[in-house]
Amino acid sequence: MTFGKISHGLGQTIGAFGLSAAAALTAVVPAFAQEAPASTPVAAATAAAGSYTPMKPVEGIGMPIDGAYGLQTQFSKTGEYGEWIHNIILMPIITAICVLVLILLVIIAVRFNRRANPVASKTSHNTILEVVWTLVPVLILIGIAVPSIDLIAKQYKPAPEGALTIKVTGNQWFWTYGYPDNGDFEVISNMLNVPGAPTINNGVREVGSKPWDGPSHLEVDNRMVVPVGEPIRLQITAADVIHSFAVPSLWFKLDAVPGRINEKVLVVEKPGVYYGQCSELCGAKHGYMPIAVEALPRDKYNAWVLTHAGAQIDTGKKKPAAAAAVPAPAADASEAAPAADATAEAE
Amino acid sequence: MATTADHFQAHSEEHGHHDHEHKPAFFARWFMSTNHKDIGTMYLIFAIIAGIVGGAFSGMMRVELAHPGIQYLDTFARWFGAVNPDFNTTLHTWNVLITAHGLIMVFFMVMPAMIGGFGNWFVPLMIGAPDMAFPRMNNISFWMTVAGFFSLLCSAFVPGGTGNGAGTGWTVYAPLSTSGSPGPAVDFGIFALHLAGAGSIMGAINFITTILNMRAPGMTLHKMPLFVWSMLVTAFLLLLSLPVLAAAVTMLLTDRNFGTTFFDASGGGDPILYQHLFWFFGHPEVYIMILPGFGMISQIVSTFSKKPVFGYLGMAYAMVAIGVVGFIVWAHHMYATGLSVNTKMYFTAATMVIAVPTGIKIFSWVATMWGGSVEFKSPMVWALGFIFLFTVGGVTGVVLANGGVDDVMHDTYYVVAHFHYVLSLGAVTALFAGFYYWFPKMSGKMHSEFLAHVHFVIFFIGVNMIFFPMHFLGLQGMPRRYPDYAEAYEYWNHIATIGYMVMATSLVVWFINIIYAYAAGKKAEDNYWGEGATTLEWTLSSPPPFHQFETLPVIGETAHH
Repeated sequence: MTFGKISHGLGQTIGAFGLSAAAALTAVVPAFAQEAPASTPVAAATAAAGSYTPMKPVEGIGMPIDGAYGLQTQFSKTGEYGEWIHNIILMPIITAICVLVLILLVIIAVRFNRRANPVASKTSHNTILEVVWTLVPVLILIGIAVPSIDLIAKQYKPAPEGALTIKVTGNQWFWTYGYPDNGDFEVISNMLNVPGAPTINNGVREVGSKPWDGPSHLEVDNRMVVPVGEPIRLQITAADVIHSFAVPSLWFKLDAVPGRINEKVLVVEKPGVYYGQCSELCGAKHGYMPIAVEALPRDKYNAWVLTHAGAQIDTGKKKPAAAAAVPAPAADASEAAPAADATAEAE
Repeated sequence: MATTADHFQAHSEEHGHHDHEHKPAFFARWFMSTNHKDIGTMYLIFAIIAGIVGGAFSGMMRVELAHPGIQYLDTFARWFGAVNPDFNTTLHTWNVLITAHGLIMVFFMVMPAMIGGFGNWFVPLMIGAPDMAFPRMNNISFWMTVAGFFSLLCSAFVPGGTGNGAGTGWTVYAPLSTSGSPGPAVDFGIFALHLAGAGSIMGAINFITTILNMRAPGMTLHKMPLFVWSMLVTAFLLLLSLPVLAAAVTMLLTDRNFGTTFFDASGGGDPILYQHLFWFFGHPEVYIMILPGFGMISQIVSTFSKKPVFGYLGMAYAMVAIGVVGFIVWAHHMYATGLSVNTKMYFTAATMVIAVPTGIKIFSWVATMWGGSVEFKSPMVWALGFIFLFTVGGVTGVVLANGGVDDVMHDTYYVVAHFHYVLSLGAVTALFAGFYYWFPKMSGKMHSEFLAHVHFVIFFIGVNMIFFPMHFLGLQGMPRRYPDYAEAYEYWNHIATIGYMVMATSLVVWFINIIYAYAAGKKAEDNYWGEGATTLEWTLSSPPPFHQFETLPVIGETAHH
């Protein structure tokens, strides 16, 4: 329960600063990394038993806002970069183009209507003009392409060796999350039923019946819990038809294709709950298999891991931050079984 | 160099009333037709009927989406023959609606209207040909399209997995369309695509042959009206892309029924292969739907500005460029499937290239009007609406072209907004522009200009109310193809549904206008738009004689500027 309260409070603090600039976010992340070694022994003592109370999401963070007309606030590096490309580069350019065309049409309506200009000119060529309106768009597009290609390159940066792997599987119509580095337990994630609506998932409670429940249609019974600030290797596949794992506030979307494993790195910058929805038509209940990602600090993540039968704390000793800090590997090694390490290496 | 398509002079045009038109009797005329104008008329009537069906489906979708929760789908499921539908069957009906709406609007509304309707009617007239090259093939093209439509309608009433009808989306992605959808509904849908596709391939062959071989003496390719250019490019796109679709859906059919595993990983196949094949067809397909509209808008803008089209050659070759580049950008529909980094970068760059020829077209239309003596007759206001709305739809395409940005946009309502701006607001607006431009020529009756303007204003407000808020929904992350949504998406969805009702009202005005034209419309003159209308169809009577150009017109070397 202590953790629940802390995370609850933390969530609200994040909410208060949720809209702060990217600089503030980067400051937060190293802070966690530095705190981690010091707090690990304490956390480990508590965590050994395993404890977890789901975090209460912050209104408007990691979820859509009614009547809003922009992107959701971003909580990943690529998301902040993508949001910048969209808001600062693309939107002004496309707005300017539309306004330019509109202004030209209005001028034509005013100056070149039949009354104002009874005799039409016969001009049908102007080579310089034609060259200009070919070349200027080319230059604009090159200007867009440079950051855009750079964004793609950043998104495809592979996970560092030893990054935590989570296996995401799309099913008709729920998600399962496998944690091979934490003892290979599996979390089955169903959408919570909506009060007054037909039952979506039998045996699953109704949304709003717990204090930490987020919005209906987005909240699930078991969230995908991840450690915050660490690169996580998401391996995504599907059991039946194609699904798509998408979380708008983390700038993440990757199809879950049966027979394939799609891999991409996810780094969540702040603790919080981030909602998404299946984004590839997958049959009748396509609209009822949401995604909820709960990002927790490492110690709380470890505590959550240990609530599962047969769970182990992943060593993460090959992670740069942990490797630099001497106590951390020792503390981790005391809990992690070598087997988990071997699994991580095998992958 | 003859670089404009204006001022065609039909030197030896003999027109007026033919006393003996030798029109066949009713059944032979309409069911065994070999006359391009009659077939064009049938295509237009067919497209209007299909458009009403597809539009009704979108109305059913919008009423369901007005509020969160499932309100009406249960009733709709019963309409498709479900008895006491369970919740899955109810939800399946949603997928049937989105699938049918997409397929009907693409294959049975926009394509038949643009290519079969206006293409059949005006390509022979504009190039001074007596008819299409293969009149009987023209007829079977039409009836195969009709048969395809009936096959699709049949699919709605037979089992398709969790309920009646094909619920795969118009893209028919495997494995949802194979192992995910047992029952004959998807087979009926696939057969519909086969029939419509075969009909379109034959139509394309017909247009290419007609345009390349049957132009009037003196009409070089570089003197062809831009509408004919647009049809030529469209026909090549059809000819090259549709066989790929035919192959892809045939492989679906054998995967479904004959144990092959082209798209099944457990048998060594790959679901992503289907997507590559589909979009190799699917992307040219979107240009197939819009290029004839470009052609029509060029004719209309030139006519009502009383000026030749600005940069004629640039306009013609911009369409050729769009057609060519359109074949090498298909995987931008697949950014989320797990493409490799280099593939994604390539398709990002290639897709953005398309903005250049498209920009040339927009600016050339503006330059055509610039310095003109513009008359705001009904086709012209629709054309102006087209230019603006297509620009809006085009720039959101530039946003979506960015593979990295698409990670958050893909399969959200932003995409829905984008393609409805270029199609529902682009192609359909062009269709209405073409309709008002040529309706008196086809029917011999003048429509009401007042009603046509009212139709435009209401339609313009309505469609913008429907589709502009969808950008916001998409940016906030609302996925496509959802019958139900989180409460945070209600505000804009509700406005979109109100917009649908506004748009639907405008269609009532349109139908009243058609009735008015036939009941009380003035008789249309040969060239009712006046001096700006210079292509060959304006040298003929309204409606044109049953067989025109019995003596071929000769296109003279007119003075150029």
